[in-house]
Amino acid sequence: MRYAETGFNLEVDLTRGNIEKQATDPGETELYLGGLGTNAKILWDRVGPEVTPFSPENLLIFSAGLLCGTPATGCNRTIVSTISPQTELMAFSMMGGFFAPELKYAGYDKVVLRGKSEKLVYLWIHNDTVEIRDASHLAGKGAIETAEQIRQELDQPKAQVAAIGLAGENRVYYASVEQGRSSASRGGIGAVMGDKRVKAIAVRGTKDINLAKPEEFLSLCNDVLAYIKHREDNPIKGVMPILAGLGSPQEMKVHDEKWHTENFMWGNSRTRRKGFWNEDIEKQWTDTLEGARTRLISCFNCPMKCGATLSMPGLPTYMMKCFTKLTYTMAAYSDLDFGLRIAQKATEYGLDGFSAPQVMAFALELLEAGILSKDDFPGLPEGNEDRFYYLLDMIVKREGIGDVLAKGTYWAAQEIGNGAEEYAHNTIKKHEQLPLKLSMLNPIYFLMYSIGEKINITQIEGQFPQAPFPKKEHREKFCEDWIQVPHEKFKQYFIDWELRGENSIPYYPTVDMTCDIVEWQEMMHYIDDALGQCAGLSSFPLKPPYHIHNYPKFISAGAGIEMDEEKLTRAAKRYRTLVRAVNIRRGMRRKDEKPPEDHWKKRFPELEEKLLDAYYKLKGWNEEGIPTKEALEKMDLGYVADDFIQRGIITDEETADVQKETQTQ
Amino acid sequence: MGSKEKEKKTIKTIKIDVDKCNGCRACEVICSSFHASPKYSSNNPARSRIRIIREPLRDIYVPVYAGEYTMAECAGRDKYTIDGKQYDECSFCRASCPSREEFKEPDSGLPLKCDMCEGEDEPLCVKWCLVDALTLEEREEEVEEQEEMEDLEIGLESLADKYGMQTIMDTLARMSTDDKSK
Repeated sequence: MRYAETGFNLEVDLTRGNIEKQATDPGETELYLGGLGTNAKILWDRVGPEVTPFSPENLLIFSAGLLCGTPATGCNRTIVSTISPQTELMAFSMMGGFFAPELKYAGYDKVVLRGKSEKLVYLWIHNDTVEIRDASHLAGKGAIETAEQIRQELDQPKAQVAAIGLAGENRVYYASVEQGRSSASRGGIGAVMGDKRVKAIAVRGTKDINLAKPEEFLSLCNDVLAYIKHREDNPIKGVMPILAGLGSPQEMKVHDEKWHTENFMWGNSRTRRKGFWNEDIEKQWTDTLEGARTRLISCFNCPMKCGATLSMPGLPTYMMKCFTKLTYTMAAYSDLDFGLRIAQKATEYGLDGFSAPQVMAFALELLEAGILSKDDFPGLPEGNEDRFYYLLDMIVKREGIGDVLAKGTYWAAQEIGNGAEEYAHNTIKKHEQLPLKLSMLNPIYFLMYSIGEKINITQIEGQFPQAPFPKKEHREKFCEDWIQVPHEKFKQYFIDWELRGENSIPYYPTVDMTCDIVEWQEMMHYIDDALGQCAGLSSFPLKPPYHIHNYPKFISAGAGIEMDEEKLTRAAKRYRTLVRAVNIRRGMRRKDEKPPEDHWKKRFPELEEKLLDAYYKLKGWNEEGIPTKEALEKMDLGYVADDFIQRGIITDEETADVQKETQTQ
Repeated sequence: MGSKEKEKKTIKTIKIDVDKCNGCRACEVICSSFHASPKYSSNNPARSRIRIIREPLRDIYVPVYAGEYTMAECAGRDKYTIDGKQYDECSFCRASCPSREEFKEPDSGLPLKCDMCEGEDEPLCVKWCLVDALTLEEREEEVEEQEEMEDLEIGLESLADKYGMQTIMDTLARMSTDDKSK
């Protein structure tokens, strides 16, 4: 019997209309756990570098994490992996909600879509009955609207539906997959789903998920619940309110947006508005949110209430979480009422809330700069907010300039030319980033921005405080019950970290300390993404209930795989390297690993090179960021080394050179 | 059944605050896990004895506990409007009934009933509901003593309703003969 996982994937060939239930190899679970780990293995094995994002050979994988569907609190994420049309690298966006557990209860760990359907279809998975159904009547419908209609026509109110809107159907490079209160937004996976002509996947399951050591597993769960209560009662002092507790940043709950509105950039990630926040605005925005919000809501089996149901007067109800609350507002220099209204439309269209507003602000900057002209925007309204609605429609319908803008700022700038590249200034690996521009380089963030392959800062940061507390005694106090550190040395790193003087950024934490800190933070995200655990209870917040010390116990009691900290660390490193291998094979190199030029005003090129060198070395990658033969073999990834050598990505000699260099250093 | 004498009894009441429910279904998870055999060995919300009637877009979240099994569905249905939200009558009904899939074992169709997690300090759905939509209240009450039906009895009764008592007896007789011949 398989524990925690079902041991079956659903293989769907959309070209031929063929559906197969395929047993998976338990040995792979042991090596790559599940979720992101096994997704990376499938993409490595089956999607070569010659496969373009919109070719039938590209796969679109919806995977539950290894522990989804067990009673582990907050373990509900679906990891969606494919080759991104925007970055042309591996995308592994994730969504919370209710989809992954339902898929497990239906008897599957993953749905692997390949090929392309001729007509628009949706997939209906009901335990052992799986059908590809016509979706022509759903063409052009909103993502939320589609989910409702599918539940109704199937007469299955409990079915969970992941759907795309018009943006996905029209292959907008930053189209999302929406699932009620959650979405897999980053990397344009909605466009790949649209390209495969799959409007939605609906799933309903009524089967059991088994545990290897039931009593032990439940006792671990109860410890986690007790710790969540403890953290709720004891918010962390000395950090901003949204970082004091657990969960995703509590954007749906808080009204005080002084920090975001005055520290994040407005427009096309351009203007910082110090002194923006005042009592009048606070009152107005509080009224807007209170008026719209009917309830704070959770994902499956989680007490945190990170999302909300929103009903703006005159508009259909939708659900939201996190920072999309402010992205449209700030891109348009507008107010919260506008932001929540346009977000309703954008959610039905199925768009990423980070990229979409920036692309629109970018287009208006180009118009202002004369790089685009009025002729490019026929019928452009006069009012600022109206222009955003206009652009939203043009992009999603891919009309006129919208067809180009649908590719995101990087590709649009390439096509527009004439200096437009300067305006696509906030991307990493061709992907729009949070609108954040700061003063002094922070070495930890520099590394995380550079080497992160989820290409989103919130998906690698966490665990370690973003800045030192001013007083040493407060730092010491913080360390007293910091049980989550993998090693005691991290406490000392933090205690010695000062706001000013010798032990402050950019030269402290030192290069080696920075590498340690980044490796720890990244590892925790990678573990979450394989297990299906929401980062909000694990890798993202300070002092979370899940950490490197209890995770091995969860895995052995849940999945019945012998696990300890060392073995888990090795497994995470293994599939983290495999994600890199997929991207290296697709051409990613050191030159791509950098934050936006203007992310910090004060840059330190020499230090930055040292940081990259040291991190690469720590990970067993050569100076180009390519995993070495030796490192790959140590991680049981000899087959990757063979492939690299065969393709000429590395040679045996080069590997030897690197080793020699390493020894002499 | 039972004597008609009155006796003092602690009544456990689960108070349900639908305004506090966040719709996470942790109650369904832990309920099905607790009632698995062996205990906690599996979980499956479809076997849970508590269900969240949940329609997020209409802001409907009603935790309902499995109550008595009933062989027939109601003759008519009512609709309730509370605070502008329309609820189906079944939204508040605890019965395991032919009209809906709630509170039946998914494989056998046998009815399920909440037993307040006998043997635990408090029902585990209450323990796992950190948002306090479910809380436990205990009070003393004078009640007429009644014998609680066992799980098996509830199951047999529903089978008898479906197939007729004679068929059940015949089947049992045959099964016990088969058993002996093994």
